[in-house]
Amino acid sequence: MKKRIISIAAAVIVLAATFFLLQRLLMPKYISVNEEGGLAAEYYDNAGNNDVIFIGDCEVYTNYSPIKMWTERGITSYIRGTPQQMIWQAYYMLEDALRYETPKVVIYNVLSMKHGEPESEAYNRLALDGMRWSSTKYRAIKASMTEEESVISYVFPLLRFHSRWSEITAEDFEYMFKTEPLSHNGYLMRIDTKPAGTVPDPIPLPDYSFAQVCWDYLEKIRSLCEDNGIQLILVKAPTLYPAWYPQWEEQIEAYAKEHGLTYLNFLEKTEEIGIDYTKDTFDAGMHLNLSGAEKLAAWLADYLADNTAVSDRRGDTATAEQWQKKIEFYEAMQASQKKQLEENGSLNSFR
Amino acid sequence: METLMDILTELHPDVDFDSCETLVDDKILDSFDIITIITELNSQLDVTIPADKIVPENFNSAKALWALVEELQDE
Amino acid sequence: MSFVSFEFLLFLLILFVLYYTLPRRFQWMLLLVGSLVFYAFASPKYLIYIAVTAMSTWAAGRAISAEYRGRDSYIKETPDITKEQKKARKEAAKKKAKTIMVLCLVLNLGILAVIKYTDFFISNINSLFGADIAFMRFALPMGISFYTFMSAGYIIDVFRGKYAAEENPARFALFVSFFPQLVQGPISRFDDLSKSLYEEHAFDAQSITHGAWRVLWGYFKKMVVADRLAPLVAGIAGSPDKYAGGYVLALIFFYSLQIYADFTGGIDITIGIAKMFGVKVTENFDRPFFSRNIAEFWRRWHITMGTWFKDYIFYPVSVSKWMMKVSKWSRAKLGNTVGKRVPVYLSTILVWLATGIWHGASWNFVVWGLLNCVVIMISQEISPLYDKFHKRFSFSNTKGWDIFQMFRTFWLMGFLRVLDVYRDVPLTFRMVPTIFSGRGWSEMFSGGLLKFGLSTADFVVVLAACIVMLVVGILQGRGTVCGQLSEKPRAVRWTVIWVLIVIIITLGAYGIGYDAAQFIYNQF
Repeated sequence: MKKRIISIAAAVIVLAATFFLLQRLLMPKYISVNEEGGLAAEYYDNAGNNDVIFIGDCEVYTNYSPIKMWTERGITSYIRGTPQQMIWQAYYMLEDALRYETPKVVIYNVLSMKHGEPESEAYNRLALDGMRWSSTKYRAIKASMTEEESVISYVFPLLRFHSRWSEITAEDFEYMFKTEPLSHNGYLMRIDTKPAGTVPDPIPLPDYSFAQVCWDYLEKIRSLCEDNGIQLILVKAPTLYPAWYPQWEEQIEAYAKEHGLTYLNFLEKTEEIGIDYTKDTFDAGMHLNLSGAEKLAAWLADYLADNTAVSDRRGDTATAEQWQKKIEFYEAMQASQKKQLEENGSLNSFR
Repeated sequence: METLMDILTELHPDVDFDSCETLVDDKILDSFDIITIITELNSQLDVTIPADKIVPENFNSAKALWALVEELQDE
Repeated sequence: MSFVSFEFLLFLLILFVLYYTLPRRFQWMLLLVGSLVFYAFASPKYLIYIAVTAMSTWAAGRAISAEYRGRDSYIKETPDITKEQKKARKEAAKKKAKTIMVLCLVLNLGILAVIKYTDFFISNINSLFGADIAFMRFALPMGISFYTFMSAGYIIDVFRGKYAAEENPARFALFVSFFPQLVQGPISRFDDLSKSLYEEHAFDAQSITHGAWRVLWGYFKKMVVADRLAPLVAGIAGSPDKYAGGYVLALIFFYSLQIYADFTGGIDITIGIAKMFGVKVTENFDRPFFSRNIAEFWRRWHITMGTWFKDYIFYPVSVSKWMMKVSKWSRAKLGNTVGKRVPVYLSTILVWLATGIWHGASWNFVVWGLLNCVVIMISQEISPLYDKFHKRFSFSNTKGWDIFQMFRTFWLMGFLRVLDVYRDVPLTFRMVPTIFSGRGWSEMFSGGLLKFGLSTADFVVVLAACIVMLVVGILQGRGTVCGQLSEKPRAVRWTVIWVLIVIIITLGAYGIGYDAAQFIYNQF
């Protein structure tokens, strides 16, 4: 009997180990394709000391350079952005971050107010797979799932990614147990330029009112900040496309006014910030490139330093040392991208 | 008994019906054969074998089959 | 709750643990509760249908048995009973029993007929008379064809006096609703299933292990082969205008593989699960693709359906008084040789019509059934010729000739099955000849087959899996594979199981397919 129990236990362990290794092997690595997938997980190595946290979709992780905010005004910040991040995901990203630190300011980019229901399984994966396990993650999954998804495939991502067996590359083996940071405190750097041309006229919508579920989550974000003594700032990134309708603007303005929140619509401040859409965007106005992100970060750093409780942390040696390393990584990536541009005329990889 | 043997031998000339006791189990007789046997018995001996008597035990050997015929004639 | 779902595995685990921890007298009751839960998950609304069938059949069976008991005690307790009195009493009982049985059959087969065939009937009326009767669109309760046939077989057996009726309604309800066989059979017989179903079962590690192996093997066939081929088969069959010629032949081939892996895999899961609960479910397949002719194929494929039709339709009709009269008449009119065949052939046609209709309510299944019938009759007719041929040529006893026959049967069955894929008789008869037109062939092999969501790697997996299935089939010829595997050293056994599990999890075609392009951040 004893022997039997031992052998069954051994079999279970061997099987569990096999599944663990298979899962490691088959999960996407997000190193040289779909780099945004690594963003959610990178946070945990940089948590604990950030005064500002951004939440939102690509309009946060491509448009602000936390490194610039540090070098300009000594502000520590982290961007918890993921592709097409839904507002419920933004809320849970914040809730998750609060398990590690309490920032002074939270900045939410309001574009995701326009998505009232789960849309893309793939984007859910990019946001959720990288989160560490906690009840927050479980609730984030429950809130995010599209109809075809199941919780079990988040518990065991192997059940989701097993079909990658025919697509594994050397990279999957190389990064089975390690990963490489690609972002700069959540900012994904692009130095290339594609000037904005004519922007298509916005298509009129049948209904401009935001979905109730979005208002509910915005309210949850607001009260979570309030309960933790955090100042919430709403922003709209200065991107020319997709359209930001005046009707939406009115609703956000009204909300901000009602609750005494700061709302910064950077679309109205492009001249003041100095954004030049012929130079400062890498995809014709949808996202800013490094030069644009630095301009926006510089302006925002000034604003935060002058108007909020964030302070200059450059005097704190430990923090300064940490950030010095970040600056070196930032400059190295910038140099590498510059080299790629000179050699190939285009970017092949972030690094 | 002779009539039965004639019927069987006509169906499968190469089978030894005197000794074989696994006619159904060894798939020597298929369902076509069984029906043919029943119809022949009906026309020649005027016995009707009902469907619920069509079980392997009754058709596995000529002897068993003949026992069934006698039992039915008796009723 | 499909077999291939996490919910089902969880359900199974809970049931399994309870089954072997609760006092054993509760085991069968637990299976009943489990079966009802399983059914309720699929369609709670339809519990009523299965309940009506189970309870009406139970009551009818009990009434018939009571009638027979009354007869027996009368005969036993009446002193000096004459032979005539005995016979009269017997006939009276039989008559009463027959009425009960017929009522029960009419009710339950009636429910099946109405639910399954009303729309088929309406559509034929509509097209015949240009009428425009609206379809009823009844949803089919899960397993209705299977549990109705099981109940019908039971009541006929009780009527025939094969066994006494089950007195306990709950126990009978378990026979009708036993969850592993609700989805795709087999059509179990009461006397086969009941003993091990109601028995108390001790925890038998060996039998449970073998059951689990069988389940794994079933999942392998279903998830690695059948579900992988599904989009290919659906894709080709779905656009007949685009995919003709060579594609039709590919369709025949892959559909044969798909249906084999799906159906036999499902039955493996059923039998394996039952075995883990100590219940012995009848085998439904006997390596059908090793059959050398169609008649043999039908003795080895979906066996319980074949024997059901044989026992409850073919034999009773063939030996009925009416058929005997037909036989006498035809012999007198048509001569001995032809006349003798009339009853057999009439019953055969009837059985195949019924088999066709049973598979689905549409003409393609009727035509499919009749074509099977025609092929079987032709081979029956030419069998004397065939025997001569065998005697004449020595090669007909070689292994190679056997393999040729198996190959031929595989393709013949495949060609008949096209009706099942297109589900449209004229379309099928239009598509099959295109195979010989030469169309589609070069396109197919220059990337055409890769347009259905299956990559080259997927085809390699299918090929490898087929080789594995073939090897296992050959091994089965030497006795059960579970038995052979248990004789191997533990290291071998566990490695085989480990490989099987890893393959199912990794190569199984389940869940949301991975497509890197989906993940490419293409919007914002």
